[in-house]
Amino acid sequence: MSNAALAQSLIRAVNEAASAASLLEAVQQLAAAQLEETIPTLIATLSYNNPGAAVAAVDGLVAIGKPAVQPLLDLLDSHNYTARAWAIRALAGIGDSRGLDELLDAAQNDFALSVRRAAARGLGTLHWYELASDRVQAAQVAALTALLKVCQDPEWVVRYAAITGLQALASAASTLQPNLVLDIQHHLKQFAETETDLTVRTRICWAQQQLRAPSTSSPSLVYATDIGIGLELDWQRTVDNLYQRKFEERSHTLPEGDPRRYKKLVEVLQTH
Amino acid sequence: MDEFTSEQFGADSSADQAASLTIEQAIANLQGDDWGQRYYAAWWLGRFRVRTPEAVEALIASLTDEADRTPDGGYPLRRNAARALGKLNDRRAVPALIQCLDCSDFYVREAAAQSLGSLGDRAAAEPLLQLLAGGVEAAQPIPGCPHLAQPYDAVIEALGALGATAAVPHLQPFLEHPTAIVQYATARALYQLTGEAQYGERLVTALSGSTLQLRRAALADLGAIGYLPAAEAIAETLAENSLKLISLKGLLEHQVNQTPSSEVSAEAIRVMSLMDSLL
Repeated sequence: MSNAALAQSLIRAVNEAASAASLLEAVQQLAAAQLEETIPTLIATLSYNNPGAAVAAVDGLVAIGKPAVQPLLDLLDSHNYTARAWAIRALAGIGDSRGLDELLDAAQNDFALSVRRAAARGLGTLHWYELASDRVQAAQVAALTALLKVCQDPEWVVRYAAITGLQALASAASTLQPNLVLDIQHHLKQFAETETDLTVRTRICWAQQQLRAPSTSSPSLVYATDIGIGLELDWQRTVDNLYQRKFEERSHTLPEGDPRRYKKLVEVLQTH
Repeated sequence: MDEFTSEQFGADSSADQAASLTIEQAIANLQGDDWGQRYYAAWWLGRFRVRTPEAVEALIASLTDEADRTPDGGYPLRRNAARALGKLNDRRAVPALIQCLDCSDFYVREAAAQSLGSLGDRAAAEPLLQLLAGGVEAAQPIPGCPHLAQPYDAVIEALGALGATAAVPHLQPFLEHPTAIVQYATARALYQLTGEAQYGERLVTALSGSTLQLRRAALADLGAIGYLPAAEAIAETLAENSLKLISLKGLLEHQVNQTPSSEVSAEAIRVMSLMDSLL
């Protein structure tokens, strides 16, 4: 079946669902297909009073990602409160930078804690690289300001989400704004002393632990700019060693695909 | 349970603060003539954890109120006062709450049992156990009645929370009670009293129960006992993320309290990683 035909049959199942349970199942299947053609139907589902189906639709929209952003932003203009709340959750999950203003507002002002929670998380995980470089710094400062306010939310789970947002923001900002990272660490230290909820306090400790640990994800651009040539030399040496080792292994006539080759490569990488 | 259900669809309990009272007003209202205001004041003092001696004494006095009656003889003010006292952590309420276990109103007995469980005074264990007299035979559903003869689930949960190990042989038959909620309460209490994994696993199985209400109940019970092996199953349960997060919060805090350390343990990180994914 072609994608279009598949989408049509899945959409029909949603439209013809006669009970809450069958609607849920139809939306789950529609969401699992991850087809752009299904976006309008998934979005329509957000307006039905069926939380299970809405959760499935949000998951589907997040999986589809970018193509769903503009339709979601359009939906935010509607006056259907429930639909707005789900749309914010989907935007937070997608992380598209076009949702920034909505997330800033929702994290601080929405009356439903599930929306504040999702928006606070989304503020940390936004795709900053999509923004023009001259906008990133201001946007990250705006996110930090909002998240610090959200850390005072009366609901523990919203504060928890804000901590995860701060941690993610610190990781993202380390490339362009090392000072922001220091600010975040400073605030985390303060929150750790005043936070009354044990779960949130534990999450703060974990965030601090991870921000203290050297980044294991990608080689940070901070180092590239700060240390500059030193780092380049290191990488050069690593690559040299790698080729050297490969050459040696080849000369030891290890058969193609022998796992020992891989093991030695790992060792070489780990020593640098 | 109230925090659990008030979040069902992400509704915000902090919006309650809009209808705010002062402490003095609430205590005065509780002793006033307006039944609606008395009822609301009792709830309000519990919701905002007003622990002043005046508040506690006024609530204890409300437990013997005779004025506020429903057409079928219930005592709404007593119910709310009993619930509120469970949140105020003042054990002076224990004797009066034990008296409430004999109240003719089922819902007063239920609220009293829940609050006695949270106040943590073992003096309540024996009177609570008496409500299980007659065992499962006496606890069968009553045709045409919306509830069982006693608030069995609340009583059993309270016995578990109080660490009443003497109750274990009396509780075991309730694992076979016809009502799922009573079975869950029993598994929860027996886990707390014995630490045996079989009881935690019963609740993990309940996470795939046929109705949302049963799955929510299992989430609440696993959170209450902090059964760590359930973490992944909780995260994958078909229920609202809000409820799964509260359940995992229970696991995390149990873990942190059991093994205090300056570094975050691997188990705690495992639970928090799941929580992060549910935000």
